Amino acid sequence: MPRVPGVTEREAAQPVVPLRHPGTWVATAVVLLIIALAASSVATNPAFEWPVVAQYMFDAEILTGLQRTLELTLAAMVMGLVLGTVLALMRLSKNRLLSTVSWAYIWFFRSVPVLVQLIFWYNFGALYATISLGVPFGPALFTVNTNTLITPLFAALAGLGLSQSAYTAEVIRAGIVSVPPGQIRAALALGMRRLMIYRRIILPQAMRVIIPPVGNEVISMVKNTSLVSVIALAELLYTTQLIYSRTYQTIPLLIVASLWYLIIVSVLSAGQYFLERKFRHR
Amino acid sequence: MSAAAQPTDAMLKIRGLSKSYGSRQVLRDIDLDVPAGSVMCIIGPSGSGKSTLLSCINHLEPIDRGRVWVAGELVGYREHRGRLHELPEREVARMRQNVGMVFQQFNLFPHMTALQNVIEAPIRVKRIAPARARDRAARLLDRVGLAGKHARYPAQLSGGEQQRVAIARALAMDPKLMLFDEPTSALDPELVGEVLAVMQDLARSGMTMVVVTHELGFAREVGDQLTFMDGGIIVERGDPRAVLAAPKEKRTQDFLSKVL
Repeated sequence: MPRVPGVTEREAAQPVVPLRHPGTWVATAVVLLIIALAASSVATNPAFEWPVVAQYMFDAEILTGLQRTLELTLAAMVMGLVLGTVLALMRLSKNRLLSTVSWAYIWFFRSVPVLVQLIFWYNFGALYATISLGVPFGPALFTVNTNTLITPLFAALAGLGLSQSAYTAEVIRAGIVSVPPGQIRAALALGMRRLMIYRRIILPQAMRVIIPPVGNEVISMVKNTSLVSVIALAELLYTTQLIYSRTYQTIPLLIVASLWYLIIVSVLSAGQYFLERKFRHR
Repeated sequence: MSAAAQPTDAMLKIRGLSKSYGSRQVLRDIDLDVPAGSVMCIIGPSGSGKSTLLSCINHLEPIDRGRVWVAGELVGYREHRGRLHELPEREVARMRQNVGMVFQQFNLFPHMTALQNVIEAPIRVKRIAPARARDRAARLLDRVGLAGKHARYPAQLSGGEQQRVAIARALAMDPKLMLFDEPTSALDPELVGEVLAVMQDLARSGMTMVVVTHELGFAREVGDQLTFMDGGIIVERGDPRAVLAAPKEKRTQDFLSKVL
């Protein structure tokens, strides 16, 4: 006797067959074929000059350039974070002048391309031939030639760090604003003071919002440092350019640079993952 | 506790308090006395100024006119040649240590465990030795019924548990006065009782309390005085049982007929 009228025991026990997707199998086959073709071409085309890549991968000159790239990334990001925090606090200030100045700074440095800023700082001597320290509107105590002060390194740090601070400021501001105002009221009610509240209550919570985008910015910065090759600063890209302008092995040297960028970014992405996990509370 | 205590005995004394947000006056000429060791309950419709009044007591909101004293000390201001001058941040922060506050939304610090929430201010603000602060905090958490949950983060606690941690956090500063801003309004109905029980226990231990609440049962059982506010003024006040049973003012009657 069937439990449901009209359906036999045998019918009720029949297995269900899900809808097949033959298109997925075709797409997989096509993609695998393309990957195989590309891999074999990269491996067998002698113009890639893999032996040259291997020869230069750990070349002393390349490693010095790599070190310079890492130093620039670190210095520019530190500048960006410190200045960005100040700008974010100014932007959130009740003082209209402070918040407007911060807004204008962010507007300017986010609008002008970093490449333009770099070249501009490099040519700052054309705008001010000398730079003096002294009493405002009064006599100068100390004067220096702009071109001796603004080295390529100085121009690179100014260009990368100042524009980075504009981006970081917005990220930090978003992080601070994401903390509910009730947190501040609770901390105030406990007798805590502004600075302590920022340090102990707001920033640790803001970090959760701040870290993912700042991680992305660090990764962008690694690659943006290659822009300073235009002002003849010997970071990773400019070093490879120097070498291939002598040896004409353009492609293998660009591969060397690309491999190093891939390695740095991979390491940083892993670091970002662990940092995000640390600041995520249960 | 008698409702007729002298203002000089008052743990909290408010005279002529007025406050506006722009052109909207939210508090009008408020006078209030809360004797030491007594419980003052404040009821009233939303927007009647109850929460703003609490915020003026620990100077979370500046006031426009009037005076607030906690334990005989003028709150937030210094009187000089007949004018009130707002005190610097350090002084205001010191005064706030005397006044514990519990919020509708708990406002626990989500990046800290229950225990860390409770020891944060004693260690950072009062500079109490960490080991002592932890001992004390553990006892307070046990007292509010959170034994075994000291290492939980707020997100791992129920609303009622979070609010009890918040009460322990306020008590850890040894306040002379506790302010409760609708402490059970954000709780699921079955969790209200456990928070009210902790508050009743606290009242019994002699804590001076000002409680903004919609829990008329709590006001009747635990309150020494009841104040009904509407439109930024105190409409009626007196013994909670008397006011709730036989309100004299029309506005009080209307409000009570709606909520009862």
